[in-house]
Amino acid sequence: MIGGLFIYNHKGEVLISRVFRDDIGRNAVDAFRVNVIHARQQVRSPVTNIARTSFFHIKRGNIWLAAVTKQNGNAAMVFEFLLKMVEVMQSYFGKISEDNIKNNFVLIYELLDEILDFGYAQNTDVGILKTFITQQGIKGTQSKEEQAQITSQVTGQIAHRREGIKYRRNELFVDALEYVNLLMSPQGQILSAHVAGKVVMKSYLSGMPECKFGINDKIVLDNKGKTTTDDPSRRYRTTKDISLPFRIIPLVREVGRTKMEVKVVLKSNFKPTLLAQKIEVRIPTPLNTSGVQLICMKGKAKYKSSENAIVWKIKRMGGMKESQISAEIELLQTNDKKKWTRPPISMNFEVPFAPSGLKVRYLKVFEPKLNYSDHDVIKWVRYIGRSGLYETRC
Amino acid sequence: MTDSKYFTTTKKGEIFEMKGELNSEKKEKKREAVKKVIASMTVGKDVSALFPDVVNCMQTDNLELKKLVYLYLMNYAKSQPDMAIMAVNTFVKDCEDPNPLIRALAVRTMGCIRVDKITEYLCEPLRKCLKDEDPYVRKTAAVCVAKLYDINAQLVEDQGFLDALRDLLSDSNPMVVANAVAALSEINEASGHPVIEMNSQTINKLLTALNECTEWGQVFILDFLANYNPKDDREAQSICERVTPRLAHANAAVVLSAVKVCMKLMEMMVSDSDYCSTLTKKLAPPLVTLLSSEPEVQYVALRNINLIVQKRPDILKHEMKVFFVKYNDPIYVKLEKLDIMIRLATQANIAQVLAELKEYATEVDVDFVRKSVRAIGRCAIKVEQSAERCVSTLLDLIQTKVNYVVQEAVVVIKDIFRKYPNKYESIISTLCENLDTLDEPEARASMIWIIGEYAERIDNADELLESFLDAFHDENTQVQLALLTAIVKLFLKRPTETQELVQQVLSLATQLCTCRSGGGAEDEKLDSPPLPQPTSVIPSQDSLIGDLLSLDMGPTQPTQPAPSSQGQAVQSTASMDLLGGGFDYLLGPSESPVPQQQQAFGGDAGLLGDIFGVGPGSGASAGFYVPPKQMWLPAAKGKGLEITGTFSRRGGQIVMDVTISNKAMQPMEGFAIQLNKNSFGLVPAAPLNIPHAINPNQSTDASMVLNTNGPVQKMDPLTNIQVAIKNIVDVFYFACIIPIHVFFTEDGQMDKRVFLATWKDIPAQNEVQYTLSNMMLGADTTVLDAVSNKLQQNNIFTIAKRNVEGQDMLYQSLKLTNGIWVLTELKIAPGNPNYTIYMTLRFHMQMLSLKSRASEVAPTVYQAFETILRQQ
Repeated sequence: MIGGLFIYNHKGEVLISRVFRDDIGRNAVDAFRVNVIHARQQVRSPVTNIARTSFFHIKRGNIWLAAVTKQNGNAAMVFEFLLKMVEVMQSYFGKISEDNIKNNFVLIYELLDEILDFGYAQNTDVGILKTFITQQGIKGTQSKEEQAQITSQVTGQIAHRREGIKYRRNELFVDALEYVNLLMSPQGQILSAHVAGKVVMKSYLSGMPECKFGINDKIVLDNKGKTTTDDPSRRYRTTKDISLPFRIIPLVREVGRTKMEVKVVLKSNFKPTLLAQKIEVRIPTPLNTSGVQLICMKGKAKYKSSENAIVWKIKRMGGMKESQISAEIELLQTNDKKKWTRPPISMNFEVPFAPSGLKVRYLKVFEPKLNYSDHDVIKWVRYIGRSGLYETRC
Repeated sequence: MTDSKYFTTTKKGEIFEMKGELNSEKKEKKREAVKKVIASMTVGKDVSALFPDVVNCMQTDNLELKKLVYLYLMNYAKSQPDMAIMAVNTFVKDCEDPNPLIRALAVRTMGCIRVDKITEYLCEPLRKCLKDEDPYVRKTAAVCVAKLYDINAQLVEDQGFLDALRDLLSDSNPMVVANAVAALSEINEASGHPVIEMNSQTINKLLTALNECTEWGQVFILDFLANYNPKDDREAQSICERVTPRLAHANAAVVLSAVKVCMKLMEMMVSDSDYCSTLTKKLAPPLVTLLSSEPEVQYVALRNINLIVQKRPDILKHEMKVFFVKYNDPIYVKLEKLDIMIRLATQANIAQVLAELKEYATEVDVDFVRKSVRAIGRCAIKVEQSAERCVSTLLDLIQTKVNYVVQEAVVVIKDIFRKYPNKYESIISTLCENLDTLDEPEARASMIWIIGEYAERIDNADELLESFLDAFHDENTQVQLALLTAIVKLFLKRPTETQELVQQVLSLATQLCTCRSGGGAEDEKLDSPPLPQPTSVIPSQDSLIGDLLSLDMGPTQPTQPAPSSQGQAVQSTASMDLLGGGFDYLLGPSESPVPQQQQAFGGDAGLLGDIFGVGPGSGASAGFYVPPKQMWLPAAKGKGLEITGTFSRRGGQIVMDVTISNKAMQPMEGFAIQLNKNSFGLVPAAPLNIPHAINPNQSTDASMVLNTNGPVQKMDPLTNIQVAIKNIVDVFYFACIIPIHVFFTEDGQMDKRVFLATWKDIPAQNEVQYTLSNMMLGADTTVLDAVSNKLQQNNIFTIAKRNVEGQDMLYQSLKLTNGIWVLTELKIAPGNPNYTIYMTLRFHMQMLSLKSRASEVAPTVYQAFETILRQQ
């Protein structure tokens, strides 16, 4: 499996280097720097083979994380591990940056030692790691029971939950969080659309209760309904009968070589009683844009030259409404023969319903050992529909 | 909290300072010092000198400090095996510690110290830990067995650790089971003989643990299950039943491993059974869901999906849309999606696919655009009904006049013509308009093929083809071949007008042939009078077409970037064995079955040098040793032609300098020169240029630049080269020896660190030693500089100098054009003015092109050193 793990800054200097196996030499560190970080052309693949050694990398900001192996390992697992490692580091010290990594290098080595043994991923659950990797060291005074508690948690069946949790008020929160993804042609034809959703639970329930929830038949969840952790989640995906909260109708006209007119109509398509929030429409502009005049009926619009886009923001918008923006774009004369490729118009939003049509029908809590019943639990259900990649070609 | 300060100190005497701090009485200071040591270690500084001091800090009850010391030990124990023994006691003691975390830490670290003596002491503690009451210790011990196996396999077997590991498969704790599985899988693979019997009982245990262990543990178990062959259909189904819930896991690795197990087990089942089709349906949603993960994971998923759809197209046949390329997808995701789209294209969805592909062909990334255009062609060939629409789409694209789009379109149109002959030739005129813009060999060859094939419908086909003939010798072989075939086809169709043309091309081709390999099949063609032979040529063409075409539909191996139709031919069989090797291959890291470029790590340093402009300027450095011209071809043997010559290196290129004298009675002209295949792939970069005829008793000097990208064949001796020179009189052959130092490249300076690492890495059989005695090197004080200057002028770069016991040592590197690195150590023994130099040469080579051993290259390199150094 993983033979070594390196973290580099943008210059290719090594910040963290941990080698697990003998077949990975120190020169592997240099090979990756020279062939990938300093490579002249753009990185064409997250997997690079150099002299029979495979390098898997991900990048966060300026930081490169690379896992190295000479064996025929499981590529998906290596990437998932790197991503997980980023998550663990973030939860310990925030953003992945050169300073943060240098400031915490001892911690990172300690974490690595725990989560990766001889290149095999071990328990990477942040909640558990935080109980015994603290940078304070484990106090000698720790009782035998406490130690046993830690080890049984690390290796335990139930990953996140300790025994003996008690709450005064037993509450249960369920969020159905969905991301709507859309790709639409300029003529309004849906090229592809899907909803990726998850049901997330946050429980403040005493003991080791069993929770069951039922949903309508819109989604087939592979769900036994038995979860015994604090914040379990269930994922699903659907392409059928999606209600698309917004529609964009673009109109682009190139008036001569130095001018362009863009009109975008935005229509909301849901119950008038509901309110969408944090609406943002991003209209790409050509690279040789010299100036933009904007008129919008609602919200605020701005041309952001650094991003080559017009960003139109609307705080709130009710259902079954319509709004529009028109822009006059002035262009510089260029000799560049390359045509502008017209990237798609994208948008962001948040709506208070589930675009897949999912509804939670019931929620039940069973805790046979403690003396509270299903009726005593205060339950909350919330639906959130957010934009995933929501694009309209123009 | 700011640990970054440890990275900054680079003062002199730093090691000494750290030593002091490590031995400090204060605990706090001690810890700071160890941190500093670890930071230095991370950036690659050698802090091994501090070994005893760091080990002294090991006896501590501070866990953080202990972990740091252990980290240090893992890195340096190997270089200080004797001292590492000092640590054993602490390890053994820690393995008995009441705290399970410390017991595990000790056994984990001990396994990482690859020192034989320590390994002996490891056995007892490990045995205890494998039976420890605490699962955390047991799961760590399980992995430790794999570590130990890697160090000393025999020991593990002798000590019965394998049995202990097998016992752990029945452990009550799922994580212990998972780690035991991981360890056993690794040992299984390494040992070559099965160390574990996979029976239904074991499998059952694993399936039980599967539900309860961590995500990673699930992957270990699933990957292990994938190797199991159930005894019957029922067992296969019941395993599937228990694996399918994993398909809903949030971790992509778990999902993919579960898919792999299912795919494998489906092989066992009757393919049209109900169960199989239900299972097929179950596999699609999880695969599609993977496409919303991080791009790197998506990439791996796509590579796998590419194989899965080849094996079972049904799984994703309705999911075409999810593979549509998104504007912001990284390029590697885009390219993979494109490939899958073509595989899923059917008559039902072809309209949509084509609309998408056309959209992609206007994007920015050149590779992606090219592949999109090719994809359109593949659609045309795969789905006959769509061919017309594809052709019109391609024509639209040609109208954009974007150069690489046009070239790519021409190539695929050729394929379409081959598949559907005599259907779309109306577009030929449009193609011909773009003739001048084609500069890539493949596009040119395709265009030539089209002209030849449809010669009877193109009025000026002969003119068009003739226009290519002018630069026949500069064309790529592919184009030359196409041209030859096309002209012959033309001739068969219009024998009367084109006789001259066909003779011209045949003579051009034959010239080439004789020069290249001393004559071949084409020779005979020239001899026999060109007569129309329709029966022999045309039908064979047809069958060829039939052959080639079916290939375009054949699956490609996924890693071949933009494969040509011919490329696919060879591979179509390879992808059949999907589950045997293919799937593994993909899941595994060796993502590229294309022969890997075996770039030496050392070679990279040269690149680095280039970037920073460290390498010496190009151009012939003054002082480059050029041997005097030697007689290569005496007049007696050359029918009056006499040639003397030598080789040198100028402007980063190898140059052959010759003096040609005419000792005959009549003027000589029409000179051409060819080199036979040779060890370094030398070929003339341009033909020999002798503009005038050489009159009797006159001579002329000529230089010819040589490239090293020609065909390679090992010569004996290595630097031997056979030359053929031609003039109007005759063709003459002679052989000469090239001084090896002209192959030393300007980027042969190795980075100091790389040098050190490489020097150590080179195995002993690649080392050769020589002694140069009686060297006149000048005065004592300047001798080192003189030597290194002289050598540097010949692209032998001094990396380091030092003085050991009164003897000067020089460390040097040089690189040959074929990528061999030679690292040398010169020990210069004083003896003014007659020095003795002891040379040690080490060869670092990735012998791809040249199958030779160090012992063969060494004498020539040694000679080069001697001649360079002896030269005044």
